[in-house]
Amino acid sequence: MYDSGKIIPGLIIFVLLITFPIWYNHGDAGEVPKTEMPKYNRLCVLPLEEIRPNHMKMLNQWRDEVLRDEDRSFIAVEGKMYQKSLQNTCMECHVSKKKFCDECHTYAAVTPYCWDCHLAPVE
Amino acid sequence: MKYIFPMAAVIALVLISWIGSKIPGMEYLFGVLVPYAAIATFIIGFCYRVVHWAKSPVPFKIPTTCGQQYSLPWIKHDKLEAPHTTSQVVARMFLEIVLFRSLWRNTKAEIHDGPKLTYESSKWLWLFGILFHYSFLVIVLRHMRLFLDPVPGPILVVEYIDSILQIGAPTLYMTDVTLVLGLLLLFGRRLINRQVRYLSLANDYFPLFLIFGIAATGILMRFFLRTDVDIVSIKRLAVGLVTFQPVILSEISSIFYIHLFLVSVLLAYFPYSKLMHLGGVFLSPTRNMANDTRIRRHINPWNPDIKPHSYAGYEDEFREFMVNNDIPVEKELPSKAD
Repeated sequence: MYDSGKIIPGLIIFVLLITFPIWYNHGDAGEVPKTEMPKYNRLCVLPLEEIRPNHMKMLNQWRDEVLRDEDRSFIAVEGKMYQKSLQNTCMECHVSKKKFCDECHTYAAVTPYCWDCHLAPVE
Repeated sequence: MKYIFPMAAVIALVLISWIGSKIPGMEYLFGVLVPYAAIATFIIGFCYRVVHWAKSPVPFKIPTTCGQQYSLPWIKHDKLEAPHTTSQVVARMFLEIVLFRSLWRNTKAEIHDGPKLTYESSKWLWLFGILFHYSFLVIVLRHMRLFLDPVPGPILVVEYIDSILQIGAPTLYMTDVTLVLGLLLLFGRRLINRQVRYLSLANDYFPLFLIFGIAATGILMRFFLRTDVDIVSIKRLAVGLVTFQPVILSEISSIFYIHLFLVSVLLAYFPYSKLMHLGGVFLSPTRNMANDTRIRRHINPWNPDIKPHSYAGYEDEFREFMVNNDIPVEKELPSKAD
Protein backbone atom coordinates (compact mmCIF):
# COMPACT_ATOMS: atom_id res chain seq x y z
CA MET A 1 0.00 0.00 0.00
CA TYR A 2 1.32 3.42 -0.99
CA ASP A 3 0.93 6.70 0.88
CA SER A 4 -0.57 4.83 3.81
CA GLY A 5 0.54 7.70 6.06
CA LYS A 6 -2.03 9.93 4.40
CA ILE A 7 -4.71 7.46 3.29
CA ILE A 8 -5.19 5.55 6.56
CA PRO A 9 -5.73 8.73 8.67
CA GLY A 10 -8.04 10.03 5.93
CA LEU A 11 -10.09 6.83 6.04
CA ILE A 12 -10.22 6.94 9.84
CA ILE A 13 -11.50 10.54 9.76
CA PHE A 14 -14.10 9.53 7.17
CA VAL A 15 -15.36 6.58 9.22
CA LEU A 16 -15.47 8.74 12.37
CA LEU A 17 -17.54 11.35 10.52
CA ILE A 18 -19.93 8.74 9.11
CA THR A 19 -20.42 7.16 12.53
CA PHE A 20 -20.70 10.54 14.29
CA PRO A 21 -24.28 9.88 15.52
CA ILE A 22 -23.02 6.79 17.37
CA TRP A 23 -20.35 8.78 19.27
CA TYR A 24 -22.65 11.73 19.83
CA ASN A 25 -25.51 9.78 21.41
CA HIS A 26 -23.13 7.41 23.22
CA GLY A 27 -25.60 4.56 23.35
CA ASP A 28 -28.40 6.52 24.96
CA ALA A 29 -31.57 6.51 22.89
CA GLY A 30 -33.08 9.17 25.16
CA GLU A 31 -36.61 9.80 26.27
CA VAL A 32 -39.49 9.96 23.83
CA PRO A 33 -41.43 13.21 24.34
CA LYS A 34 -44.65 12.94 26.32
CA THR A 35 -47.15 15.66 25.58
CA GLU A 36 -49.49 16.78 28.33
CA MET A 37 -53.04 16.03 27.17
CA PRO A 38 -55.97 18.21 28.31
CA LYS A 39 -57.55 17.03 31.53
CA TYR A 40 -61.10 17.85 30.42
CA ASN A 41 -62.76 18.18 26.99
CA ARG A 42 -61.24 15.23 25.15
CA LEU A 43 -62.63 16.40 21.81
CA CYS A 44 -60.24 18.11 19.37
CA VAL A 45 -61.26 20.02 16.24
CA LEU A 46 -59.95 17.10 14.22
CA PRO A 47 -59.51 13.43 15.11
CA LEU A 48 -56.08 12.49 16.51
CA GLU A 49 -54.86 10.69 13.39
CA GLU A 50 -55.51 13.87 11.37
CA ILE A 51 -54.57 16.59 13.82
CA ARG A 52 -51.22 15.03 14.72
CA PRO A 53 -49.68 14.97 11.22
CA ASN A 54 -51.62 17.93 9.78
CA HIS A 55 -51.97 20.50 12.57
CA MET A 56 -49.35 22.76 11.00
CA LYS A 57 -51.24 22.84 7.71
CA MET A 58 -54.49 23.64 9.50
CA LEU A 59 -52.95 26.43 11.57
CA ASN A 60 -51.31 27.86 8.49
CA GLN A 61 -54.65 27.84 6.68
CA TRP A 62 -56.39 29.45 9.66
CA ARG A 63 -53.71 32.13 9.78
CA ASP A 64 -54.21 32.93 6.09
CA GLU A 65 -58.00 32.98 6.31
CA VAL A 66 -58.15 35.09 9.44
CA LEU A 67 -55.43 37.60 8.64
CA ARG A 68 -55.70 37.91 4.88
CA ASP A 69 -59.42 37.33 4.26
CA GLU A 70 -60.75 38.44 7.65
CA ASP A 71 -62.64 35.18 7.74
CA ARG A 72 -62.97 34.52 11.43
CA SER A 73 -65.80 32.01 10.99
CA PHE A 74 -66.35 29.29 13.51
CA ILE A 75 -65.94 25.59 13.06
CA ALA A 76 -68.54 23.22 14.35
CA VAL A 77 -67.34 19.98 15.88
CA GLU A 78 -70.16 17.75 17.12
CA GLY A 79 -72.44 20.70 17.74
CA LYS A 80 -69.93 22.86 19.51
CA MET A 81 -68.53 25.99 17.84
CA TYR A 82 -64.82 26.70 17.76
CA GLN A 83 -63.10 29.91 16.72
CA LYS A 84 -60.20 29.78 14.25
CA SER A 85 -57.62 30.76 16.76
CA LEU A 86 -54.43 29.32 18.12
CA GLN A 87 -54.64 31.03 21.48
CA ASN A 88 -58.40 31.04 21.99
CA THR A 89 -59.15 27.54 20.70
CA CYS A 90 -56.08 25.30 20.70
CA MET A 91 -54.52 26.70 23.82
CA GLU A 92 -57.76 26.76 25.72
CA CYS A 93 -57.34 23.03 26.25
CA HIS A 94 -53.61 22.65 25.58
CA VAL A 95 -52.76 25.28 28.14
CA SER A 96 -49.01 24.79 28.31
CA LYS A 97 -46.75 25.59 25.38
CA LYS A 98 -43.80 24.01 27.13
CA LYS A 99 -45.55 20.79 28.05
CA PHE A 100 -47.49 20.38 24.82
CA CYS A 101 -46.05 22.19 21.77
CA ASP A 102 -42.39 22.26 22.71
CA GLU A 103 -42.18 18.60 23.74
CA CYS A 104 -42.24 17.22 20.19
CA HIS A 105 -40.96 20.37 18.46
CA THR A 106 -37.76 20.36 20.50
CA TYR A 107 -37.31 16.61 20.05
CA ALA A 108 -37.68 16.83 16.27
CA ALA A 109 -35.88 20.20 16.01
CA VAL A 110 -38.88 21.95 14.51
CA THR A 111 -39.08 25.70 15.13
CA PRO A 112 -42.51 26.93 14.02
CA TYR A 113 -42.74 30.68 13.68
CA CYS A 114 -46.10 30.95 15.49
CA TRP A 115 -44.39 32.77 18.32
CA ASP A 116 -42.81 35.39 16.11
CA CYS A 117 -46.19 37.20 16.30
CA HIS A 118 -48.15 35.45 19.06
CA LEU A 119 -47.10 36.10 22.61
CA ALA A 120 -46.02 32.86 24.17
CA PRO A 121 -47.84 32.21 27.45
CA VAL A 122 -45.79 33.02 30.51
CA GLU A 123 -44.85 29.73 32.19
CA MET B 1 -33.15 3.29 -24.22
CA LYS B 2 -30.34 2.66 -21.77
CA TYR B 3 -32.35 4.44 -19.12
CA ILE B 4 -35.33 2.04 -19.24
CA PHE B 5 -33.62 -0.73 -17.30
CA PRO B 6 -32.36 1.44 -14.42
CA MET B 7 -35.76 3.12 -14.21
CA ALA B 8 -37.47 -0.27 -14.01
CA ALA B 9 -34.96 -1.31 -11.33
CA VAL B 10 -35.82 1.70 -9.16
CA ILE B 11 -39.55 1.11 -9.65
CA ALA B 12 -39.02 -2.52 -8.62
CA LEU B 13 -37.18 -1.38 -5.48
CA VAL B 14 -40.07 0.95 -4.64
CA LEU B 15 -42.58 -1.86 -5.11
CA ILE B 16 -40.53 -4.31 -3.03
CA SER B 17 -40.39 -1.95 -0.07
CA TRP B 18 -43.96 -0.73 -0.53
CA ILE B 19 -45.53 -4.18 -0.59
CA GLY B 20 -42.94 -5.65 1.77
CA SER B 21 -43.48 -3.10 4.52
CA LYS B 22 -47.22 -3.76 4.43
CA ILE B 23 -46.73 -7.41 5.42
CA PRO B 24 -47.13 -7.60 9.22
CA GLY B 25 -43.79 -8.17 10.95
CA MET B 26 -41.74 -7.00 8.00
CA GLU B 27 -41.35 -3.47 9.42
CA TYR B 28 -38.40 -4.74 11.43
CA LEU B 29 -36.70 -6.01 8.27
CA PHE B 30 -37.15 -2.75 6.34
CA GLY B 31 -36.73 -0.44 9.33
CA VAL B 32 -33.80 -2.09 11.13
CA LEU B 33 -32.09 -5.02 9.41
CA VAL B 34 -31.81 -3.58 5.90
CA PRO B 35 -30.44 -0.19 7.10
CA TYR B 36 -27.85 -1.94 9.30
CA ALA B 37 -26.76 -4.20 6.44
CA ALA B 38 -26.59 -1.19 4.11
CA ILE B 39 -24.45 1.00 6.35
CA ALA B 40 -22.11 -1.92 7.11
CA THR B 41 -21.75 -2.58 3.36
CA PHE B 42 -21.12 1.12 2.80
CA ILE B 43 -18.37 1.51 5.39
CA ILE B 44 -16.60 -1.80 4.72
CA GLY B 45 -16.96 -1.46 0.95
CA PHE B 46 -15.74 2.14 1.00
CA CYS B 47 -12.62 1.30 3.02
CA TYR B 48 -11.94 -1.80 0.93
CA ARG B 49 -12.18 0.21 -2.27
CA VAL B 50 -9.89 2.99 -1.03
CA VAL B 51 -7.31 0.50 0.27
CA HIS B 52 -7.51 -1.36 -3.03
CA TRP B 53 -6.76 1.88 -4.88
CA ALA B 54 -3.96 2.71 -2.48
CA LYS B 55 -2.31 -0.60 -3.35
CA SER B 56 -2.04 0.36 -7.02
CA PRO B 57 1.29 2.02 -7.75
CA VAL B 58 1.49 5.16 -9.85
CA PRO B 59 4.39 4.45 -12.21
CA PHE B 60 4.81 7.98 -13.51
CA LYS B 61 4.49 11.46 -12.12
CA ILE B 62 1.33 12.46 -13.95
CA PRO B 63 -0.16 15.72 -12.63
CA THR B 64 -2.22 17.52 -15.26
CA THR B 65 -1.03 21.08 -15.49
CA CYS B 66 -2.44 24.06 -17.29
CA GLY B 67 -0.13 26.83 -16.23
CA GLN B 68 3.51 27.87 -16.15
CA GLN B 69 5.53 25.43 -14.09
CA TYR B 70 8.00 26.57 -11.42
CA SER B 71 11.27 27.44 -13.16
CA LEU B 72 13.40 30.59 -13.17
CA PRO B 73 12.73 33.40 -10.72
CA TRP B 74 11.77 35.91 -13.42
CA ILE B 75 9.20 33.58 -15.04
CA LYS B 76 5.88 33.89 -13.25
CA HIS B 77 4.94 30.56 -11.71
CA ASP B 78 1.25 29.52 -11.78
CA LYS B 79 0.98 28.07 -8.29
CA LEU B 80 -2.51 26.59 -8.62
CA GLU B 81 -2.28 25.15 -12.12
CA ALA B 82 1.23 23.72 -11.81
CA PRO B 83 1.80 23.27 -8.07
CA HIS B 84 5.28 22.17 -7.06
CA THR B 85 4.99 22.03 -3.26
CA THR B 86 2.63 20.08 -1.02
CA SER B 87 0.87 23.22 0.22
CA GLN B 88 0.17 24.29 -3.37
CA VAL B 89 -1.16 20.80 -4.14
CA VAL B 90 -3.40 21.00 -1.05
CA ALA B 91 -4.73 24.38 -2.20
CA ARG B 92 -5.42 23.00 -5.68
CA MET B 93 -7.12 19.88 -4.30
CA PHE B 94 -9.21 21.97 -1.90
CA LEU B 95 -10.52 24.18 -4.69
CA GLU B 96 -11.15 21.13 -6.88
CA ILE B 97 -13.15 19.36 -4.18
CA VAL B 98 -15.02 22.40 -2.89
CA LEU B 99 -15.56 24.42 -6.07
CA PHE B 100 -15.24 21.78 -8.86
CA ARG B 101 -12.67 23.89 -10.74
CA SER B 102 -12.09 21.32 -13.46
CA LEU B 103 -15.77 21.42 -14.42
CA TRP B 104 -15.57 25.20 -14.54
CA ARG B 105 -13.10 24.75 -17.40
CA ASN B 106 -15.54 22.65 -19.42
CA THR B 107 -15.76 23.64 -23.08
CA LYS B 108 -18.16 22.82 -25.86
CA ALA B 109 -16.85 22.06 -29.35
CA GLU B 110 -19.06 22.81 -32.35
CA ILE B 111 -18.62 22.58 -36.11
CA HIS B 112 -20.01 25.51 -38.10
CA ASP B 113 -20.22 26.14 -41.85
CA GLY B 114 -16.90 26.70 -43.40
CA PRO B 115 -16.14 24.13 -41.96
CA LYS B 116 -15.03 25.88 -38.83
CA LEU B 117 -14.47 24.29 -35.43
CA THR B 118 -15.24 26.50 -32.44
CA TYR B 119 -14.78 26.01 -28.75
CA GLU B 120 -16.74 27.94 -26.20
CA SER B 121 -16.95 27.91 -22.45
CA SER B 122 -19.79 25.75 -21.14
CA LYS B 123 -20.53 26.20 -17.47
CA TRP B 124 -23.82 24.30 -17.33
CA LEU B 125 -22.36 21.04 -16.07
CA TRP B 126 -20.52 22.95 -13.34
CA LEU B 127 -23.70 24.75 -12.34
CA PHE B 128 -25.87 21.59 -12.22
CA GLY B 129 -23.12 19.71 -10.42
CA ILE B 130 -22.57 22.31 -7.73
CA LEU B 131 -26.33 22.77 -7.27
CA PHE B 132 -26.84 19.05 -6.84
CA HIS B 133 -23.86 18.28 -4.61
CA TYR B 134 -24.34 21.14 -2.16
CA SER B 135 -28.09 20.49 -1.93
CA PHE B 136 -27.32 16.87 -1.15
CA LEU B 137 -24.79 17.86 1.51
CA VAL B 138 -27.25 20.21 3.22
CA ILE B 139 -29.97 17.55 3.09
CA VAL B 140 -27.67 14.97 4.72
CA LEU B 141 -26.74 17.49 7.43
CA ARG B 142 -30.39 18.40 7.96
CA HIS B 143 -31.29 14.74 8.45
CA MET B 144 -28.92 14.62 11.40
CA ARG B 145 -31.73 16.19 13.42
CA LEU B 146 -33.38 12.76 13.29
CA PHE B 147 -30.26 10.90 14.45
CA LEU B 148 -28.91 13.20 17.16
CA ASP B 149 -30.63 13.78 20.47
CA PRO B 150 -30.40 16.55 21.61
CA VAL B 151 -30.01 18.25 18.25
CA PRO B 152 -26.75 20.26 18.16
CA GLY B 153 -26.82 23.98 17.34
CA PRO B 154 -25.10 23.88 13.94
CA ILE B 155 -27.75 21.45 12.63
CA LEU B 156 -30.46 23.84 13.82
CA VAL B 157 -28.71 26.67 11.97
CA VAL B 158 -28.62 24.64 8.73
CA GLU B 159 -32.30 23.77 9.21
CA TYR B 160 -33.18 27.41 9.93
CA ILE B 161 -31.36 28.79 6.88
CA ASP B 162 -32.73 26.09 4.59
CA SER B 163 -36.33 26.91 5.55
CA ILE B 164 -35.83 30.66 5.90
CA LEU B 165 -38.30 31.45 3.12
CA GLN B 166 -41.13 30.27 5.44
CA ILE B 167 -43.24 29.03 2.56
CA GLY B 168 -46.16 26.83 3.59
CA ALA B 169 -46.40 24.47 6.50
CA PRO B 170 -44.39 22.35 7.03
CA THR B 171 -41.95 24.95 5.71
CA LEU B 172 -40.44 24.39 2.30
CA TYR B 173 -36.75 23.60 2.22
CA MET B 174 -34.80 25.41 -0.50
CA THR B 175 -32.52 22.41 -0.96
CA ASP B 176 -35.49 20.16 -1.79
CA VAL B 177 -36.14 22.37 -4.80
CA THR B 178 -32.51 22.77 -5.82
CA LEU B 179 -31.74 19.05 -5.45
CA VAL B 180 -34.61 18.05 -7.73
CA LEU B 181 -33.71 20.85 -10.13
CA GLY B 182 -30.07 19.74 -10.21
CA LEU B 183 -31.13 16.11 -10.76
CA LEU B 184 -33.49 16.99 -13.59
CA LEU B 185 -30.83 19.10 -15.29
CA LEU B 186 -28.15 16.40 -14.92
CA PHE B 187 -30.59 13.84 -16.28
CA GLY B 188 -31.77 16.13 -19.07
CA ARG B 189 -28.17 16.73 -20.07
CA ARG B 190 -27.70 13.00 -20.61
CA LEU B 191 -30.79 12.91 -22.81
CA ILE B 192 -30.35 16.11 -24.81
CA ASN B 193 -26.61 16.33 -25.37
CA ARG B 194 -25.94 13.78 -28.14
CA GLN B 195 -22.34 13.07 -27.20
CA VAL B 196 -23.18 12.55 -23.53
CA ARG B 197 -26.20 10.42 -24.40
CA TYR B 198 -23.94 8.17 -26.49
CA LEU B 199 -21.54 7.82 -23.56
CA SER B 200 -24.18 7.26 -20.88
CA LEU B 201 -24.65 3.76 -19.57
CA ALA B 202 -27.22 2.11 -17.31
CA ASN B 203 -24.95 2.70 -14.32
CA ASP B 204 -24.98 6.43 -15.09
CA TYR B 205 -28.76 6.57 -15.05
CA PHE B 206 -29.36 4.28 -12.07
CA PRO B 207 -27.98 6.63 -9.38
CA LEU B 208 -29.91 9.52 -10.92
CA PHE B 209 -33.20 7.60 -10.77
CA LEU B 210 -32.41 6.26 -7.32
CA ILE B 211 -31.63 9.68 -5.86
CA PHE B 212 -34.67 11.08 -7.62
CA GLY B 213 -36.74 8.35 -5.97
CA ILE B 214 -35.27 9.24 -2.57
CA ALA B 215 -35.98 12.93 -3.09
CA ALA B 216 -39.50 12.28 -4.36
CA THR B 217 -40.45 10.00 -1.45
CA GLY B 218 -38.91 12.44 1.02
CA ILE B 219 -40.83 15.39 -0.41
CA LEU B 220 -44.07 13.40 -0.57
CA MET B 221 -43.60 12.30 3.03
CA ARG B 222 -42.95 15.81 4.31
CA PHE B 223 -45.54 17.75 2.37
CA PHE B 224 -48.25 15.47 1.03
CA LEU B 225 -48.64 11.91 2.33
CA ARG B 226 -48.50 12.80 6.00
CA THR B 227 -50.86 10.14 7.30
CA ASP B 228 -49.05 7.89 9.78
CA VAL B 229 -45.82 9.83 9.33
CA ASP B 230 -45.24 10.33 13.03
CA ILE B 231 -42.00 12.24 13.40
CA VAL B 232 -41.56 11.10 17.01
CA SER B 233 -41.69 7.40 16.06
CA ILE B 234 -39.37 8.05 13.13
CA LYS B 235 -36.84 9.91 15.24
CA ARG B 236 -37.01 7.24 17.94
CA LEU B 237 -36.26 4.61 15.30
CA ALA B 238 -33.40 6.67 13.81
CA VAL B 239 -31.85 7.41 17.22
CA GLY B 240 -32.42 3.77 18.12
CA LEU B 241 -30.50 2.64 15.05
CA VAL B 242 -27.42 4.68 15.98
CA THR B 243 -27.56 3.66 19.65
CA PHE B 244 -28.19 -0.01 18.81
CA GLN B 245 -31.58 0.04 20.56
CA PRO B 246 -33.94 0.24 17.57
CA VAL B 247 -37.64 0.34 18.42
CA ILE B 248 -40.59 0.91 16.12
CA LEU B 249 -43.03 2.65 18.47
CA SER B 250 -46.08 2.87 16.24
CA GLU B 251 -47.18 1.98 12.76
CA ILE B 252 -45.27 4.15 10.26
CA SER B 253 -46.52 4.82 6.75
CA SER B 254 -45.14 2.80 3.79
CA ILE B 255 -43.77 5.98 2.22
CA PHE B 256 -41.23 6.13 5.06
CA TYR B 257 -40.14 2.54 4.49
CA ILE B 258 -39.81 3.17 0.75
CA HIS B 259 -37.66 6.23 1.46
CA LEU B 260 -35.51 4.31 3.93
CA PHE B 261 -35.15 1.32 1.63
CA LEU B 262 -34.03 3.47 -1.31
CA VAL B 263 -31.47 5.21 0.92
CA SER B 264 -30.26 1.78 2.08
CA VAL B 265 -29.89 0.66 -1.53
CA LEU B 266 -27.97 3.86 -2.32
CA LEU B 267 -25.60 3.24 0.61
CA ALA B 268 -25.03 -0.40 -0.30
CA TYR B 269 -24.59 0.42 -4.00
CA PHE B 270 -22.23 3.31 -3.28
CA PRO B 271 -18.86 1.53 -2.92
CA TYR B 272 -19.39 -0.53 -6.07
CA SER B 273 -20.30 2.30 -8.38
CA LYS B 274 -19.24 5.60 -9.89
CA LEU B 275 -20.50 7.23 -6.71
CA MET B 276 -17.12 6.32 -5.23
CA HIS B 277 -15.87 9.56 -6.76
CA LEU B 278 -16.48 10.79 -3.20
CA GLY B 279 -13.33 8.94 -2.17
CA GLY B 280 -11.76 8.92 -5.61
CA VAL B 281 -11.52 12.69 -5.94
CA PHE B 282 -8.96 12.65 -3.14
CA LEU B 283 -6.96 9.89 -4.81
CA SER B 284 -6.80 11.15 -8.39
CA PRO B 285 -3.08 11.13 -9.27
CA THR B 286 -3.48 13.80 -11.93
CA ARG B 287 -4.58 16.22 -9.19
CA ASN B 288 -2.85 15.15 -6.01
CA MET B 289 0.72 14.96 -7.33
CA ALA B 290 3.10 17.90 -7.32
CA ASN B 291 4.53 19.02 -10.65
CA ASP B 292 8.13 18.68 -9.49
CA THR B 293 9.59 16.20 -11.98
CA ARG B 294 12.59 18.45 -12.58
CA ILE B 295 13.24 18.88 -8.85
CA ARG B 296 12.71 15.38 -7.49
CA ARG B 297 13.17 12.04 -9.21
CA HIS B 298 10.01 9.93 -9.21
CA ILE B 299 10.81 6.24 -9.05
CA ASN B 300 8.32 3.76 -10.39
CA PRO B 301 7.42 1.68 -7.34
CA TRP B 302 7.23 -1.54 -9.34
CA ASN B 303 10.67 -1.17 -10.88
CA PRO B 304 12.68 -4.37 -10.28
CA ASP B 305 15.70 -3.90 -8.04
CA ILE B 306 18.53 -3.85 -10.63
CA LYS B 307 22.01 -3.49 -9.21
CA PRO B 308 24.59 -1.47 -11.19
CA HIS B 309 26.87 -3.68 -13.24
CA SER B 310 30.08 -2.01 -14.34
CA TYR B 311 32.23 -3.15 -17.28
CA ALA B 312 34.99 -4.15 -14.89
CA GLY B 313 32.50 -6.33 -13.00
CA TYR B 314 31.22 -7.75 -16.28
CA GLU B 315 34.72 -8.63 -17.35
CA ASP B 316 35.43 -10.20 -13.94
CA GLU B 317 32.39 -12.40 -14.41
CA PHE B 318 33.06 -13.50 -17.98
CA ARG B 319 36.87 -13.08 -18.40
CA GLU B 320 37.55 -16.76 -18.89
CA PHE B 321 34.97 -17.13 -21.65
CA MET B 322 36.12 -13.89 -23.31
CA VAL B 323 39.74 -15.01 -23.40
CA ASN B 324 38.72 -18.41 -24.75
CA ASN B 325 36.84 -16.69 -27.58
CA ASP B 326 39.69 -14.27 -28.37
CA ILE B 327 37.81 -11.23 -27.19
CA PRO B 328 40.24 -8.56 -25.97
CA VAL B 329 40.14 -7.96 -22.22
CA GLU B 330 41.46 -5.08 -20.17
CA LYS B 331 42.82 -7.31 -17.45
CA GLU B 332 44.33 -10.61 -18.45
CA LEU B 333 43.61 -13.89 -16.76
CA PRO B 334 45.90 -14.52 -13.81
CA SER B 335 49.03 -16.25 -15.08
CA LYS B 336 49.16 -20.00 -14.60
CA ALA B 337 52.21 -19.84 -12.38
CA ASP B 338 51.22 -22.83 -10.30
